[in-house]
Amino acid sequence: MSGLLIENLSMRFDLPNGGHVQALQDVSLDLAAGELLSVLGPSGCGKTTLLNIVAGFLAPTDGQITLNGHAVIGPDAERGMVFQQGALFEWMSVRENVSFGPRMKGQREQEYGQAVDHLLDIVGLQDFKEKAIYELSGGMQQRVALARCLANDPDVILMDKPLGALDALTREKMQSLVLKLWKETGKTIILITHSVEEALLLGERLLVMAPRPGRIHREYRLPFADLGVGQDLREVKKHPEFATRREEILGMIWDMEEEIMGRSEADQ
Amino acid sequence: MEYTASADDGSTDDATITVLVHRLGADDTLPEIDPGEGWAKNDAFAIGAWRSGLMRVDRNDEKGRDVGHQVIAVNGTPIAPGGQVQTEFGRVGMSPKGTLNFEPTKGWQMEPIWLPSPEAVMARLKDIASEGYRGSTLWQHLGFSLFRVVVGFALGALVGIPLGYAMGLSGWFRGWFDPIVEFMRPVPPLALIPLVIIWAGIGEAGKIILLFLAALWIMAIAARAGVSGVNITKVHAAYSLGASKFQIMRYVIVPNSLPEIFTGARVAMGVCWGRWSPPNWWRRKRAQA
Repeated sequence: MSGLLIENLSMRFDLPNGGHVQALQDVSLDLAAGELLSVLGPSGCGKTTLLNIVAGFLAPTDGQITLNGHAVIGPDAERGMVFQQGALFEWMSVRENVSFGPRMKGQREQEYGQAVDHLLDIVGLQDFKEKAIYELSGGMQQRVALARCLANDPDVILMDKPLGALDALTREKMQSLVLKLWKETGKTIILITHSVEEALLLGERLLVMAPRPGRIHREYRLPFADLGVGQDLREVKKHPEFATRREEILGMIWDMEEEIMGRSEADQ
Repeated sequence: MEYTASADDGSTDDATITVLVHRLGADDTLPEIDPGEGWAKNDAFAIGAWRSGLMRVDRNDEKGRDVGHQVIAVNGTPIAPGGQVQTEFGRVGMSPKGTLNFEPTKGWQMEPIWLPSPEAVMARLKDIASEGYRGSTLWQHLGFSLFRVVVGFALGALVGIPLGYAMGLSGWFRGWFDPIVEFMRPVPPLALIPLVIIWAGIGEAGKIILLFLAALWIMAIAARAGVSGVNITKVHAAYSLGASKFQIMRYVIVPNSLPEIFTGARVAMGVCWGRWSPPNWWRRKRAQA
Protein backbone atom coordinates (compact mmCIF):
# COMPACT_ATOMS: atom_id res chain seq x y z
CA MET A 1 0.00 0.00 0.00
CA SER A 2 1.45 3.27 -0.98
CA GLY A 3 0.83 6.60 0.67
CA LEU A 4 0.81 8.04 4.14
CA LEU A 5 -1.72 6.80 6.65
CA ILE A 6 -2.23 8.59 9.95
CA GLU A 7 -4.51 6.80 12.38
CA ASN A 8 -6.05 8.16 15.59
CA LEU A 9 -3.03 10.23 16.43
CA SER A 10 -3.00 11.84 19.89
CA MET A 11 -0.28 13.82 21.57
CA ARG A 12 -0.27 14.93 25.17
CA PHE A 13 2.46 17.02 26.73
CA ASP A 14 2.84 16.75 30.49
CA LEU A 15 3.73 20.03 32.13
CA PRO A 16 6.15 20.32 35.04
CA ASN A 17 3.35 21.73 37.24
CA GLY A 18 1.41 18.49 36.93
CA GLY A 19 -1.01 19.68 34.27
CA HIS A 20 -0.95 18.69 30.64
CA VAL A 21 -1.65 20.03 27.17
CA GLN A 22 -3.59 17.99 24.66
CA ALA A 23 -1.77 19.10 21.51
CA LEU A 24 -3.48 16.61 19.22
CA GLN A 25 -6.57 14.48 19.66
CA ASP A 26 -7.63 11.66 17.44
CA VAL A 27 -6.23 12.97 14.18
CA SER A 28 -6.69 10.61 11.24
CA LEU A 29 -5.64 11.24 7.68
CA ASP A 30 -5.11 9.22 4.55
CA LEU A 31 -2.76 10.75 2.03
CA ALA A 32 -2.20 9.07 -1.36
CA ALA A 33 1.21 9.15 -3.00
CA GLY A 34 1.75 12.39 -4.88
CA GLU A 35 -0.88 14.36 -3.03
CA LEU A 36 -0.26 17.92 -1.91
CA LEU A 37 -1.82 18.75 1.43
CA SER A 38 -1.74 22.10 3.12
CA VAL A 39 -2.54 22.47 6.80
CA LEU A 40 -3.99 25.65 8.23
CA GLY A 41 -5.14 26.66 11.66
CA PRO A 42 -4.82 29.24 14.40
CA SER A 43 -1.62 29.20 16.41
CA GLY A 44 -1.49 26.46 19.00
CA CYS A 45 -3.68 24.04 17.04
CA GLY A 46 -0.97 21.39 16.85
CA LYS A 47 0.03 21.79 13.18
CA THR A 48 3.75 21.76 13.90
CA THR A 49 3.34 18.97 16.46
CA LEU A 50 1.61 16.90 13.78
CA LEU A 51 4.45 17.52 11.36
CA ASN A 52 7.11 16.73 13.97
CA ILE A 53 5.39 13.42 14.71
CA VAL A 54 5.22 12.52 11.02
CA ALA A 55 8.89 13.48 10.69
CA GLY A 56 9.68 11.23 13.65
CA PHE A 57 11.12 13.89 15.96
CA LEU A 58 8.31 13.27 18.45
CA ALA A 59 6.72 10.00 19.47
CA PRO A 60 2.91 10.25 19.69
CA THR A 61 1.10 9.39 22.92
CA ASP A 62 -1.38 7.37 20.91
CA GLY A 63 -2.09 6.26 17.37
CA GLN A 64 0.23 5.33 14.57
CA ILE A 65 1.58 6.42 11.22
CA THR A 66 2.17 4.13 8.29
CA LEU A 67 4.17 5.06 5.21
CA ASN A 68 4.05 2.71 2.21
CA GLY A 69 2.94 -0.11 4.44
CA HIS A 70 5.48 0.16 7.26
CA ALA A 71 5.18 1.94 10.58
CA VAL A 72 6.96 5.24 11.07
CA ILE A 73 9.37 5.20 14.02
CA GLY A 74 11.91 7.99 14.34
CA PRO A 75 13.31 10.30 11.67
CA ASP A 76 14.34 8.85 8.34
CA ALA A 77 15.53 9.98 4.91
CA GLU A 78 12.23 8.78 3.38
CA ARG A 79 10.56 11.78 5.08
CA GLY A 80 12.38 14.98 4.18
CA MET A 81 11.71 18.20 6.04
CA VAL A 82 11.95 21.84 4.99
CA PHE A 83 12.10 24.25 7.93
CA GLN A 84 11.11 27.89 8.12
CA GLN A 85 14.72 28.96 8.55
CA GLY A 86 17.97 28.25 10.37
CA ALA A 87 18.28 24.65 9.25
CA LEU A 88 21.00 25.09 6.60
CA PHE A 89 24.57 24.23 7.50
CA GLU A 90 26.41 27.56 7.37
CA TRP A 91 29.84 25.93 7.37
CA MET A 92 29.13 24.23 4.04
CA SER A 93 28.76 25.71 0.56
CA VAL A 94 25.42 25.64 -1.25
CA ARG A 95 26.40 22.52 -3.15
CA GLU A 96 27.68 20.76 -0.04
CA ASN A 97 24.35 21.52 1.64
CA VAL A 98 22.36 20.12 -1.26
CA SER A 99 24.51 17.00 -1.50
CA PHE A 100 24.42 16.40 2.28
CA GLY A 101 21.84 13.58 2.14
CA PRO A 102 23.56 11.55 -0.60
CA ARG A 103 26.94 12.06 1.07
CA MET A 104 25.60 10.77 4.38
CA LYS A 105 24.47 7.64 2.55
CA GLY A 106 28.07 7.18 1.50
CA GLN A 107 27.56 8.12 -2.15
CA ARG A 108 30.45 9.52 -4.13
CA GLU A 109 30.54 12.64 -6.27
CA GLN A 110 30.16 10.54 -9.45
CA GLU A 111 26.93 9.06 -8.11
CA TYR A 112 25.17 12.16 -6.84
CA GLY A 113 26.92 14.91 -8.87
CA GLN A 114 24.54 14.99 -11.81
CA ALA A 115 21.37 14.84 -9.76
CA VAL A 116 22.57 17.60 -7.46
CA ASP A 117 23.53 19.86 -10.37
CA HIS A 118 20.16 19.20 -12.00
CA LEU A 119 18.39 20.23 -8.77
CA LEU A 120 20.52 23.36 -8.52
CA ASP A 121 19.43 24.17 -12.08
CA ILE A 122 15.75 23.69 -11.23
CA VAL A 123 15.89 25.99 -8.21
CA GLY A 124 18.04 28.47 -10.16
CA LEU A 125 21.14 28.35 -7.99
CA GLN A 126 23.65 26.87 -10.44
CA ASP A 127 25.64 30.13 -10.37
CA PHE A 128 25.68 30.19 -6.59
CA LYS A 129 26.64 26.61 -5.85
CA GLU A 130 30.07 27.43 -4.43
CA LYS A 131 28.80 30.37 -2.36
CA ALA A 132 28.51 30.31 1.40
CA ILE A 133 25.03 30.25 2.93
CA TYR A 134 25.34 33.70 4.49
CA GLU A 135 25.96 35.20 1.05
CA LEU A 136 22.46 34.21 -0.09
CA SER A 137 19.17 36.07 0.31
CA GLY A 138 16.36 34.55 2.35
CA GLY A 139 14.56 33.27 -0.76
CA MET A 140 17.72 31.68 -2.10
CA GLN A 141 18.33 30.00 1.23
CA GLN A 142 14.87 28.43 1.14
CA ARG A 143 15.56 27.24 -2.41
CA VAL A 144 18.70 25.57 -1.08
CA ALA A 145 16.60 23.93 1.63
CA LEU A 146 14.12 22.65 -1.00
CA ALA A 147 16.90 21.33 -3.22
CA ARG A 148 18.65 19.71 -0.26
CA CYS A 149 15.47 17.92 0.66
CA LEU A 150 14.81 16.77 -2.91
CA ALA A 151 18.40 15.57 -3.41
CA ASN A 152 17.65 12.87 -0.88
CA ASP A 153 14.70 11.69 -3.00
CA PRO A 154 12.28 11.28 -0.06
CA ASP A 155 8.80 9.76 -0.41
CA VAL A 156 7.18 12.52 1.60
CA ILE A 157 8.25 16.13 1.95
CA LEU A 158 7.19 17.93 5.11
CA MET A 159 7.25 21.70 4.96
CA ASP A 160 6.99 23.67 8.19
CA LYS A 161 6.00 27.22 7.20
CA PRO A 162 8.72 27.10 4.53
CA LEU A 163 7.91 30.53 3.12
CA GLY A 164 6.92 32.21 6.37
CA ALA A 165 10.08 34.27 6.71
CA LEU A 166 10.12 35.60 3.14
CA ASP A 167 8.95 38.94 1.78
CA ALA A 168 5.71 39.01 -0.24
CA LEU A 169 7.31 39.09 -3.70
CA THR A 170 9.81 36.33 -3.04
CA ARG A 171 7.06 34.38 -1.46
CA GLU A 172 4.93 34.42 -4.60
CA LYS A 173 7.84 33.22 -6.72
CA MET A 174 8.58 30.47 -4.24
CA GLN A 175 4.94 29.35 -4.28
CA SER A 176 5.19 28.81 -8.04
CA LEU A 177 8.46 26.94 -7.49
CA VAL A 178 6.87 24.64 -4.91
CA LEU A 179 4.04 23.83 -7.34
CA LYS A 180 6.51 23.22 -10.14
CA LEU A 181 8.62 20.90 -8.01
CA TRP A 182 5.52 19.06 -6.83
CA LYS A 183 4.40 18.39 -10.43
CA GLU A 184 7.88 17.51 -11.67
CA THR A 185 8.82 15.17 -8.87
CA GLY A 186 5.40 13.77 -7.98
CA LYS A 187 6.24 13.80 -4.27
CA THR A 188 3.71 13.61 -1.49
CA ILE A 189 3.89 16.97 0.28
CA ILE A 190 2.48 18.19 3.58
CA LEU A 191 2.77 21.95 3.92
CA ILE A 192 2.02 23.94 7.03
CA THR A 193 1.30 27.61 6.66
CA HIS A 194 -0.22 30.56 8.43
CA SER A 195 -1.37 32.17 5.23
CA VAL A 196 -4.85 31.29 4.00
CA GLU A 197 -3.98 32.31 0.45
CA GLU A 198 -0.91 30.12 0.46
CA ALA A 199 -2.88 27.20 1.82
CA LEU A 200 -5.45 27.60 -0.94
CA LEU A 201 -2.86 28.00 -3.70
CA LEU A 202 -0.63 25.16 -2.60
CA GLY A 203 -3.20 22.71 -1.33
CA GLU A 204 -4.69 20.05 -3.50
CA ARG A 205 -6.23 19.12 -0.22
CA LEU A 206 -6.59 21.60 2.59
CA LEU A 207 -6.90 20.75 6.25
CA VAL A 208 -8.21 23.31 8.72
CA MET A 209 -7.31 22.40 12.28
CA ALA A 210 -8.93 23.61 15.50
CA PRO A 211 -7.09 24.19 18.76
CA ARG A 212 -7.44 22.91 22.33
CA PRO A 213 -7.31 20.06 21.76
CA GLY A 214 -5.70 20.10 18.31
CA ARG A 215 -8.00 18.30 15.91
CA ILE A 216 -9.11 18.30 12.30
CA HIS A 217 -11.91 20.81 11.89
CA ARG A 218 -12.65 20.65 8.20
CA GLU A 219 -11.15 19.27 5.03
CA TYR A 220 -11.35 20.66 1.49
CA ARG A 221 -10.43 19.39 -1.94
CA LEU A 222 -9.38 22.29 -4.12
CA PRO A 223 -8.64 22.81 -7.79
CA PHE A 224 -6.19 25.73 -7.39
CA ALA A 225 -2.95 23.79 -7.04
CA ASP A 226 -3.54 22.07 -10.35
CA LEU A 227 -4.58 25.35 -11.96
CA GLY A 228 -1.49 27.05 -10.60
CA VAL A 229 1.00 24.69 -12.20
CA GLY A 230 2.65 26.58 -15.03
CA GLN A 231 0.36 29.55 -14.58
CA ASP A 232 0.65 32.94 -12.99
CA LEU A 233 -0.65 32.55 -9.45
CA ARG A 234 -2.28 35.97 -9.62
CA GLU A 235 -4.57 34.57 -12.34
CA VAL A 236 -5.51 31.71 -10.04
CA LYS A 237 -6.43 34.17 -7.32
CA LYS A 238 -8.98 35.73 -9.71
CA HIS A 239 -10.88 32.43 -9.81
CA PRO A 240 -14.35 33.12 -8.38
CA GLU A 241 -14.18 30.18 -6.01
CA PHE A 242 -10.86 31.40 -4.61
CA ALA A 243 -12.31 34.48 -2.96
CA THR A 244 -15.29 32.56 -1.58
CA ARG A 245 -13.09 29.89 -0.05
CA ARG A 246 -10.68 32.44 1.35
CA GLU A 247 -13.45 34.37 3.11
CA GLU A 248 -15.02 31.18 4.37
CA ILE A 249 -11.77 29.84 5.87
CA LEU A 250 -10.71 33.22 7.25
CA GLY A 251 -14.05 33.50 9.00
CA MET A 252 -13.65 29.98 10.37
CA ILE A 253 -10.24 30.75 11.82
CA TRP A 254 -11.40 34.09 13.23
CA ASP A 255 -14.22 32.33 15.01
CA MET A 256 -11.76 29.88 16.52
CA GLU A 257 -9.45 32.65 17.66
CA GLU A 258 -12.36 34.46 19.26
CA GLU A 259 -13.49 31.32 20.96
CA ILE A 260 -9.99 30.86 22.42
CA MET A 261 -9.97 34.45 23.63
CA GLY A 262 -13.39 34.01 25.19
CA ARG A 263 -12.29 30.81 26.86
CA SER A 264 -9.15 32.48 28.26
CA GLU A 265 -11.26 35.30 29.63
CA ALA A 266 -13.67 32.83 31.19
CA ASP A 267 -10.69 31.06 32.79
CA GLN A 268 -9.61 34.19 34.54
CA MET B 1 77.36 68.90 61.36
CA GLU B 2 79.26 69.34 64.58
CA TYR B 3 79.75 66.94 67.40
CA THR B 4 80.89 67.35 70.93
CA ALA B 5 83.03 64.62 72.45
CA SER B 6 84.19 64.07 75.99
CA ALA B 7 87.05 61.98 77.32
CA ASP B 8 87.88 60.31 80.67
CA ASP B 9 89.85 63.31 81.82
CA GLY B 10 86.62 65.35 81.73
CA SER B 11 87.71 67.52 78.80
CA THR B 12 85.30 68.15 75.93
CA ASP B 13 85.99 69.32 72.39
CA ASP B 14 83.95 70.12 69.27
CA ALA B 15 84.71 68.99 65.72
CA THR B 16 82.97 69.15 62.33
CA ILE B 17 81.88 66.14 60.26
CA THR B 18 81.57 66.59 56.53
CA VAL B 19 79.52 63.95 54.74
CA LEU B 20 79.50 63.51 50.98
CA VAL B 21 76.27 61.86 49.81
CA HIS B 22 77.02 60.34 46.44
CA ARG B 23 75.19 58.39 43.73
CA LEU B 24 75.40 54.65 44.23
CA GLY B 25 78.32 53.14 42.39
CA ALA B 26 79.82 56.54 41.62
CA ASP B 27 83.38 57.34 42.70
CA ASP B 28 83.47 58.65 46.20
CA THR B 29 86.45 60.86 46.71
CA LEU B 30 86.48 62.15 50.23
CA PRO B 31 86.48 65.91 50.37
CA GLU B 32 89.71 67.48 51.63
CA ILE B 33 89.13 68.92 55.07
CA ASP B 34 91.13 70.80 57.59
CA PRO B 35 91.72 68.73 60.78
CA GLY B 36 90.87 71.81 62.89
CA GLU B 37 91.70 72.78 66.44
CA GLY B 38 91.59 70.74 69.68
CA TRP B 39 91.97 67.04 70.31
CA ALA B 40 88.82 66.14 68.39
CA LYS B 41 89.65 66.41 64.74
CA ASN B 42 87.25 67.20 61.90
CA ASP B 43 86.05 64.12 59.92
CA ALA B 44 84.96 63.38 56.38
CA PHE B 45 82.79 60.45 55.25
CA ALA B 46 81.12 59.34 52.03
CA ILE B 47 77.70 57.67 52.12
CA GLY B 48 75.63 56.44 49.14
CA ALA B 49 72.22 57.90 48.51
CA TRP B 50 69.36 55.82 50.06
CA ARG B 51 71.96 54.12 52.29
CA SER B 52 73.35 54.82 55.73
CA GLY B 53 76.87 54.60 57.05
CA LEU B 54 78.84 54.40 60.26
CA MET B 55 80.91 57.41 61.23
CA ARG B 56 83.82 56.41 63.52
CA VAL B 57 84.62 59.98 64.49
CA ASP B 58 87.00 58.86 67.26
CA ARG B 59 89.46 57.25 64.86
CA ASN B 60 91.35 60.37 63.95
CA ASP B 61 90.91 62.08 67.30
CA GLU B 62 93.86 62.50 69.67
CA LYS B 63 91.94 61.00 72.57
CA GLY B 64 90.55 57.71 71.31
CA ARG B 65 88.21 55.16 72.88
CA ASP B 66 91.07 53.84 74.98
CA VAL B 67 90.80 56.99 77.03
CA GLY B 68 87.02 57.07 77.14
CA HIS B 69 86.21 59.04 73.93
CA GLN B 70 82.49 59.49 73.89
CA VAL B 71 80.27 61.62 71.69
CA ILE B 72 77.86 63.46 73.94
CA ALA B 73 76.12 65.85 71.54
CA VAL B 74 75.45 66.45 67.86
CA ASN B 75 74.88 70.03 66.74
CA GLY B 76 74.58 70.87 70.42
CA THR B 77 71.77 68.37 71.04
CA PRO B 78 72.73 65.74 73.61
CA ILE B 79 72.87 62.19 72.30
CA ALA B 80 73.27 58.87 74.13
CA PRO B 81 73.74 55.27 72.90
CA GLY B 82 70.52 54.16 71.20
CA GLY B 83 69.38 57.74 70.72
CA GLN B 84 69.16 59.89 67.60
CA VAL B 85 69.27 63.51 66.46
CA GLN B 86 67.58 64.96 63.38
CA THR B 87 69.78 67.32 61.43
CA GLU B 88 68.97 69.38 58.40
CA PHE B 89 70.44 66.77 56.07
CA GLY B 90 69.39 63.56 57.68
CA ARG B 91 69.20 61.48 60.80
CA VAL B 92 72.18 60.87 63.06
CA GLY B 93 71.84 57.83 65.25
CA MET B 94 74.03 56.31 67.89
CA SER B 95 74.57 52.57 68.22
CA PRO B 96 74.47 50.92 71.65
CA LYS B 97 78.27 50.92 71.58
CA GLY B 98 78.42 54.65 70.97
CA THR B 99 79.26 54.78 67.28
CA LEU B 100 77.50 57.43 65.20
CA ASN B 101 75.72 56.51 62.01
CA PHE B 102 74.19 58.81 59.47
CA GLU B 103 71.22 58.31 57.19
CA PRO B 104 70.93 61.13 54.67
CA THR B 105 67.43 62.44 53.93
CA LYS B 106 65.98 60.52 50.98
CA GLY B 107 64.23 63.53 49.50
CA TRP B 108 61.52 62.91 46.88
CA GLN B 109 63.44 60.54 44.69
CA MET B 110 62.60 56.85 44.68
CA GLU B 111 65.29 54.27 44.94
CA PRO B 112 65.78 52.69 41.46
CA ILE B 113 65.25 49.15 42.77
CA TRP B 114 61.57 49.93 43.40
CA LEU B 115 60.92 51.59 40.07
CA PRO B 116 63.81 51.52 37.62
CA SER B 117 63.85 54.18 34.93
CA PRO B 118 62.88 53.11 31.39
CA GLU B 119 66.42 53.50 30.15
CA ALA B 120 67.68 51.28 32.97
CA VAL B 121 65.09 48.67 31.97
CA MET B 122 66.16 48.84 28.31
CA ALA B 123 69.81 48.58 29.30
CA ARG B 124 69.08 45.54 31.46
CA LEU B 125 67.07 43.94 28.66
CA LYS B 126 69.98 44.40 26.27
CA ASP B 127 72.24 42.98 28.89
CA ILE B 128 70.11 39.87 29.42
CA ALA B 129 69.51 39.43 25.69
CA SER B 130 73.22 39.39 24.95
CA GLU B 131 74.62 37.72 28.05
CA GLY B 132 71.69 35.74 29.39
CA TYR B 133 70.40 35.54 32.93
CA ARG B 134 71.58 33.08 35.55
CA GLY B 135 73.44 30.99 33.06
CA SER B 136 70.81 30.66 30.34
CA THR B 137 70.15 32.91 27.38
CA LEU B 138 67.00 34.98 27.10
CA TRP B 139 65.78 32.66 24.33
CA GLN B 140 66.15 29.62 26.53
CA HIS B 141 64.11 31.35 29.23
CA LEU B 142 61.46 32.38 26.71
CA GLY B 143 61.49 28.91 25.18
CA PHE B 144 60.76 27.32 28.51
CA SER B 145 57.93 29.73 29.22
CA LEU B 146 56.45 29.09 25.79
CA PHE B 147 56.82 25.35 26.26
CA ARG B 148 54.93 25.47 29.55
CA VAL B 149 52.13 27.59 28.09
CA VAL B 150 51.74 25.42 25.01
CA VAL B 151 51.85 22.10 26.87
CA GLY B 152 49.56 23.35 29.67
CA PHE B 153 47.07 24.75 27.18
CA ALA B 154 47.20 21.67 24.94
CA LEU B 155 46.53 19.34 27.86
CA GLY B 156 43.72 21.61 29.05
CA ALA B 157 42.12 21.55 25.61
CA LEU B 158 42.66 17.81 25.25
CA VAL B 159 40.74 17.07 28.43
CA GLY B 160 38.44 20.12 28.48
CA ILE B 161 36.91 19.84 24.99
CA PRO B 162 35.78 16.20 25.32
CA LEU B 163 34.51 16.97 28.82
CA GLY B 164 32.56 19.96 27.49
CA TYR B 165 31.13 17.87 24.64
CA ALA B 166 30.08 15.16 27.06
CA MET B 167 28.42 17.77 29.27
CA GLY B 168 26.64 19.33 26.30
CA LEU B 169 25.39 16.00 24.96
CA SER B 170 24.54 14.00 28.06
CA GLY B 171 22.39 15.05 30.97
CA TRP B 172 24.21 12.56 33.18
CA PHE B 173 27.58 14.20 32.53
CA ARG B 174 26.13 17.66 32.93
CA GLY B 175 24.59 16.70 36.25
CA TRP B 176 27.86 15.38 37.63
CA PHE B 177 30.35 17.80 36.20
CA ASP B 178 28.47 21.10 36.02
CA PRO B 179 28.87 21.81 39.76
CA ILE B 180 32.57 20.93 39.63
CA VAL B 181 33.28 23.03 36.57
CA GLU B 182 31.22 25.96 37.78
CA PHE B 183 32.94 25.76 41.17
CA MET B 184 36.46 25.56 39.78
CA ARG B 185 36.02 28.11 36.99
CA PRO B 186 36.04 31.26 39.14
CA VAL B 187 38.94 30.05 41.31
CA PRO B 188 41.94 32.14 40.29
CA PRO B 189 44.75 29.82 39.18
CA LEU B 190 47.12 31.80 41.39
CA ALA B 191 45.16 30.61 44.41
CA LEU B 192 45.98 27.04 43.42
CA ILE B 193 49.73 27.63 43.49
CA PRO B 194 50.22 26.46 47.11
CA LEU B 195 48.25 23.27 46.47
CA VAL B 196 50.06 22.56 43.23
CA ILE B 197 53.45 23.11 44.85
CA ILE B 198 52.52 20.74 47.68
CA TRP B 199 51.24 18.09 45.27
CA ALA B 200 53.68 18.37 42.42
CA GLY B 201 56.64 20.32 43.72
CA ILE B 202 58.22 23.31 42.10
CA GLY B 203 59.52 21.46 39.07
CA GLU B 204 58.25 21.55 35.51
CA ALA B 205 55.29 19.27 36.32
CA GLY B 206 53.81 21.66 38.87
CA LYS B 207 54.01 24.60 36.51
CA ILE B 208 52.34 22.70 33.70
CA ILE B 209 49.62 21.40 36.03
CA LEU B 210 48.85 24.98 37.04
CA LEU B 211 48.51 26.12 33.43
CA PHE B 212 46.51 22.98 32.63
CA LEU B 213 44.07 23.89 35.40
CA ALA B 214 43.86 27.44 34.08
CA ALA B 215 42.94 26.24 30.57
CA LEU B 216 40.80 23.22 31.47
CA TRP B 217 37.64 24.90 32.77
CA ILE B 218 37.60 27.58 30.12
CA MET B 219 37.85 24.99 27.36
CA ALA B 220 35.22 22.74 28.96
CA ILE B 221 32.75 25.61 29.25
CA ALA B 222 33.44 26.79 25.70
CA ALA B 223 32.87 23.30 24.30
CA ARG B 224 29.70 22.86 26.34
CA ALA B 225 28.37 26.22 25.15
CA GLY B 226 29.27 25.29 21.55
CA VAL B 227 27.30 22.06 21.75
CA SER B 228 24.26 23.50 23.49
CA GLY B 229 24.28 26.39 21.01
CA VAL B 230 23.53 24.09 18.07
CA ASN B 231 20.13 25.00 16.69
CA ILE B 232 17.90 21.96 17.20
CA THR B 233 16.40 22.41 13.72
CA LYS B 234 19.85 21.74 12.24
CA VAL B 235 20.01 18.44 14.10
CA HIS B 236 16.45 17.62 13.02
CA ALA B 237 17.25 18.55 9.43
CA ALA B 238 20.30 16.28 9.48
CA TYR B 239 18.25 13.42 10.94
CA SER B 240 15.58 13.75 8.28
CA LEU B 241 18.32 13.79 5.63
CA GLY B 242 19.31 10.35 6.83
CA ALA B 243 22.39 11.17 8.92
CA SER B 244 23.35 8.78 11.68
CA LYS B 245 24.14 9.91 15.23
CA PHE B 246 27.85 9.77 14.52
CA GLN B 247 27.44 11.71 11.26
CA ILE B 248 25.43 14.38 13.06
CA MET B 249 28.24 14.69 15.59
CA ARG B 250 30.89 14.84 12.89
CA TYR B 251 29.15 17.06 10.32
CA VAL B 252 26.75 19.18 12.38
CA ILE B 253 27.62 19.45 16.07
CA VAL B 254 31.41 19.68 15.83
CA PRO B 255 31.56 22.29 13.04
CA ASN B 256 28.76 24.25 14.66
CA SER B 257 30.62 24.38 17.98
CA LEU B 258 34.03 25.33 16.56
CA PRO B 259 33.54 29.12 16.75
CA GLU B 260 32.78 28.84 20.48
CA ILE B 261 35.77 26.56 20.99
CA PHE B 262 38.12 28.96 19.21
CA THR B 263 36.84 31.81 21.34
CA GLY B 264 37.48 29.68 24.40
CA ALA B 265 40.94 28.81 23.13
CA ARG B 266 41.80 32.49 22.74
CA VAL B 267 40.65 33.26 26.25
CA ALA B 268 42.47 30.23 27.67
CA MET B 269 45.67 31.13 25.82
CA GLY B 270 45.50 34.62 27.24
CA VAL B 271 44.96 33.30 30.75
CA CYS B 272 47.86 30.84 30.34
CA TRP B 273 50.19 33.62 29.18
CA GLY B 274 49.08 35.70 32.13
CA ARG B 275 49.90 32.82 34.45
CA TRP B 276 53.32 31.85 33.23
CA SER B 277 55.11 34.49 35.22
CA PRO B 278 54.24 33.12 38.69
CA PRO B 279 55.62 29.67 37.82
CA ASN B 280 58.75 31.45 36.71
CA TRP B 281 59.02 33.18 40.05
CA TRP B 282 59.23 29.84 41.82
CA ARG B 283 62.45 29.21 40.07
CA ARG B 284 63.87 32.47 41.31
CA LYS B 285 62.68 31.79 44.83
CA ARG B 286 64.43 28.45 44.71
CA ALA B 287 67.60 30.04 43.45
CA GLN B 288 67.54 32.52 46.28
CA ALA B 289 66.74 29.98 48.98
